[in-house]
Amino acid sequence: MSATTQSNLETIKDIKKIMERSSRFISLSGWSGVAAGLCALLGSWVAFNRITGYLEGTGSSAGCAVCLENELIAIAAVVFIAALASAFSFTYIRSKKDGAAIWGSAARRLLWNTLLPMIVGGILILKMIDLKYYDLVAPATLIFYGLALVNGSKYTMGEVRYLGYAQLITGLLSLFIASRGLYAWAFGFGVLHIIYGAAMWWKYERNDQ
Amino acid sequence: MNNATNQMKNPIQHLNKIFDSRIRLGIMSALAVNDEVNFNELKELIDVTDGNLASHLKTLEDNAYVKVEKGFIGRKTNTTYKITKAGEKAFRNHLDALEKMIRSIG
Repeated sequence: MSATTQSNLETIKDIKKIMERSSRFISLSGWSGVAAGLCALLGSWVAFNRITGYLEGTGSSAGCAVCLENELIAIAAVVFIAALASAFSFTYIRSKKDGAAIWGSAARRLLWNTLLPMIVGGILILKMIDLKYYDLVAPATLIFYGLALVNGSKYTMGEVRYLGYAQLITGLLSLFIASRGLYAWAFGFGVLHIIYGAAMWWKYERNDQ
Repeated sequence: MNNATNQMKNPIQHLNKIFDSRIRLGIMSALAVNDEVNFNELKELIDVTDGNLASHLKTLEDNAYVKVEKGFIGRKTNTTYKITKAGEKAFRNHLDALEKMIRSIG
């Protein structure tokens, strides 16, 4: 290969790298996925115990459906905040290590494009709880989260798209196993996150150590 | 010789001299895929000093490839850059010329 061709190829690689780095937020750490997944599994386990406690009449909310509902909403909120905080921390650490800005226009676009479907879905789900359509809550959270990931994947690592598809499939399947919503939820938010996080760590961060 | 054969024989003449510099090419790459990019983001992306970046931006601005917008975020100045129509066209032609050169050899 001639020297000019070599340098032209280098130039094209540079262009590609800058286009990607300027339009995608690529510091998302695999550990963020693993941490969010662990939070979800822990939360599902606590929720599972509360529900069995209610059904067997032994738990703190025995015989009180409203207490159980409030407890479950509180658990979901704590899990969401813990997952978000731990995911953010690992990504923050990685972006510091890479020397990339965490709050650039790429991060802003990623945030907006994932938050929009999640906020819209969140409002719909609160209304479902209000109307006591409990069976739809787990499928709906998974479906809207999946849509958020597919939408956001254009602004971060492309692999996020596959996690999104997997969440969408889990959500749609769980529509047909309605009373097992918690299992679908634990699988989607727990297991899938951990698999995705581990795979991403293996692919991108393993050699950074 | 007509234009088409000319282009095939000698694609080098379609390479834009202004984009010879890695820094200027870097600026154009970032602006081509973003509506607007501010000075600090460009600095981080391309990894250059303030003075160096400013002078290359000036060249692109003088050639009407880039337009500058000066604004404020609170009290701090926030200068953002956008690619112009002429800039988009020049950048695309440059990429096409690079592609032709590589193809003609491969």
